[in-house]
Amino acid sequence: MEHIFYTLQDFMVHTKGITYLIMGGLLVGLPLFWLFLTGRDEKNKTF
Amino acid sequence: MGLQDTIKDRLSNNGLIKNRLMKSNLINNPLIQKIEWTPINIATAIILFVGFILTIARFFGGLGTVTNLDDNNPWGLWIGFDLLCGVALAAGGYVTSSACYIFGLKRYHSAVRPAILTAFLGYALVVFALNYDVGRPWRLPYPIFYSPGTSSLLFEVGLCVFLYLNVLFIEFTPAALEWLGLKKIRNFVVGLTMLLTIFGVVLSTLHQSSLGALFLLAPSKLHPLWYSGYLPVYFFISSMFAGMSMVIFEGSLAHKYLHHKMDETHLSESDGVVLGFSKAASFVMVGYLGIKLIGLSIDNNWHYLFTSWGLWFLFELIGFVALPAFIYAVAAREKNVKLARAASILGVLGIILNRLNISLVAFNWQLPLEQRYFPSWMEIAISVFVVTVGIVVYRLITAYMPILYEHPDYKHADDSNNKHGHEED
Amino acid sequence: MTITRRKFLGWIGGAAAGSATLAGTVAHGASNKEFKGYPNSFGVLHDITKCIGCRKCEQACNEINTMPAPEKPFDDLSILEEERRTTPTAHTVVNKFISKVSNSSNSVEKNNNTNGDTSGNSIALYVKKQCNHCLEPACASACFVKAFKKDKTGAVTYDASLCVGCRYCMVACPFNIPTYEYDEPLTPRVMKCTLCLPRIQEGKLPACVQICPREALIFGERTELIKQARMRIQKHPDKYVDHIYGEHEMGGTSWLYLSPVPFSEIGMREDLGTHSAPELTAGALSAVPIVVGLWPVLLTGVYAISKRKEKIAQEELEQALAAAKDEAEEITAQKLAELKKKMTKEKETAVKTEVKKALDEAAKIAKAAEEAKAKKAAEEEAKKSESAKLTDKDSDQSDNLLSSEEEK
Repeated sequence: MEHIFYTLQDFMVHTKGITYLIMGGLLVGLPLFWLFLTGRDEKNKTF
Repeated sequence: MGLQDTIKDRLSNNGLIKNRLMKSNLINNPLIQKIEWTPINIATAIILFVGFILTIARFFGGLGTVTNLDDNNPWGLWIGFDLLCGVALAAGGYVTSSACYIFGLKRYHSAVRPAILTAFLGYALVVFALNYDVGRPWRLPYPIFYSPGTSSLLFEVGLCVFLYLNVLFIEFTPAALEWLGLKKIRNFVVGLTMLLTIFGVVLSTLHQSSLGALFLLAPSKLHPLWYSGYLPVYFFISSMFAGMSMVIFEGSLAHKYLHHKMDETHLSESDGVVLGFSKAASFVMVGYLGIKLIGLSIDNNWHYLFTSWGLWFLFELIGFVALPAFIYAVAAREKNVKLARAASILGVLGIILNRLNISLVAFNWQLPLEQRYFPSWMEIAISVFVVTVGIVVYRLITAYMPILYEHPDYKHADDSNNKHGHEED
Repeated sequence: MTITRRKFLGWIGGAAAGSATLAGTVAHGASNKEFKGYPNSFGVLHDITKCIGCRKCEQACNEINTMPAPEKPFDDLSILEEERRTTPTAHTVVNKFISKVSNSSNSVEKNNNTNGDTSGNSIALYVKKQCNHCLEPACASACFVKAFKKDKTGAVTYDASLCVGCRYCMVACPFNIPTYEYDEPLTPRVMKCTLCLPRIQEGKLPACVQICPREALIFGERTELIKQARMRIQKHPDKYVDHIYGEHEMGGTSWLYLSPVPFSEIGMREDLGTHSAPELTAGALSAVPIVVGLWPVLLTGVYAISKRKEKIAQEELEQALAAAKDEAEEITAQKLAELKKKMTKEKETAVKTEVKKALDEAAKIAKAAEEAKAKKAAEEEAKKSESAKLTDKDSDQSDNLLSSEEEK
């Protein structure tokens, strides 16, 4: 679906909205990945 | 020692929470049991009473009845002081916890809890004060849950403050859970320390800087000496030494009035915290001066320095950044705790001056004098009221909960339960 | 070459009615990230040279928005003496500026002479003030609940049902237009001109344009208005300064202004720059997600490093401790051995000396005993031989003792 943005303002509301969702995903995903990354480390409790 | 024993006694027999609350009320309740009508307490009571009356005036008469705000000056003291200064001075939370947990400076461990408490109270008060300033406070959740205006920096600030308030609350809960004797939940929350600390730094970086970025879209209203593309960076960097100065300042107050609440670890570490933070604050301040200079140069604003606005700008930078930086440096070199505490007062005042300059003094600088804003006594009274509420709650919490001392049941628990304990050896 | 109000009325209706389909009909790329605003959106051209300060527009605005009547009636022109701004009950105001006649404004002077508003060599200029309906509105950029929106017709709209009342829009607006109902305790709204959006949607003109008796206000498509304004400047270079205010200010506004004198002389700021509000904040806003992406990685790295250092320090400490312990043990063992050796040696010597001592003593005792015996025998012989009378045993003994002592 191609949406046409006529103003920078609308474009920013749209793109920032999606970006904020990605940010939320990153904040959840990064710690989880770190747990995965260090999961086999001997007794190395990092969080 | 005696205090710890009573607390241990009180907490060791794990009865009902209610039971315990009643008991603790009987044992040491500084307000209910022995309200001593000292001058400080009388002043507190008067401020709270006046604040209550003004609250009624605000919510039944509208902003117009209590504030000097107008259409040209939509933001006044409640934004300039309560929000901007409140958030900056509550930066001690993320600074201290990241120093201790992320950068591994374990010797600051005893400073973390008081700093987290101050930060939590600070942010809670910021949100509390916003309810006065905003037209329809019950809609404050709107930006996050109903109609997010993602292009706004205020949205960013609101989201981060909301999230960070939650993070601070969770970071603070171990103290309350220890007080209540809820060992399991407490240990679970303590296990989250690292995650919460990193979240805290991320969120703080964002909203501290975004508070400065709020003014980016008003280049025509803010004086060029204060307006800069670097505003978000300035706000973030200055929040660091604001936080450190506040930790030192608050520590000296606590030593004066709450000395009896502190345990040996806290007392023995506190001088190290003061000197360590003076050193750090001093260096960050000098760095801040450096980037301020870069800001002047990059926008070619030198010629403004020779106007009266320039004098005021230099007064802020030299009197309240360079001077405290120098005093901190001397204090750190000579291991002079008293001197560091004196510098912290300057540092705190400097941050307040900077935030007020940007939001009130240098804002709308082009308007004729009669259209400029000056807060009404009622606005000032509400701000004083908000700060007083904070102090009262701080006193209550430090009276009950293990903030300035470690709970005897958990003294070595940190070592066994998670790896970021406080014991160095 | 002026398009009259009536002419506009004719074709505006059609254009406005079709505005609902504007977005769909025009192919307009958005991917190139250059935003030119809604095509065919409307605007108003305010030709300041034509305004006579009658305040009819103020009145029309007041009536169309069902505002309370002002203290002084609209035909009271004395109010023009003080500079005013918009208020919650006045979405538009006309201000009077006395300007020194510049070298190129002869025709302006003439124009104003007909209005009878000149005094000496200075002229009176009337400037209407209202929301400029920016192409990239600062208020919309600032609003954290999307209460402000740029409509495809050109109007910047405000939705009070979303508004929290933070007043950041008022901070953001470079023209100081939005106002706030400060005396409203529960439902304060931000108030500003709506460009009469409901009327435009009905195919009508904004109330102020409709009523203007001097065609100082012209409504039309913004692009057309710019052409029109250019033409006027070209035709009467002596009458206008060569600047269309609002063409580029803060990214451009839907309201456009033509003036006989520099705009800064008639209360309009010329130092606003051409960057729109979203452009001013874009940098800071785009830094936000990068901080979220990088900070956790960086901080976890720092944490891991400090943790590792700590671990190494701990191990080193343990090693050092163990080494120290080993050393200490060795030393102790050595010392113990030495001590033992010494002890045995000492013991031996001690025993030897003791034995020698004992032997010596024994020898002495034996010698003494022999001597005593000998003495005794000699004494007894002497007694016997001298036939002594005293034969007390006690005295004998004491003598024996004395003598033995003497010998020692």
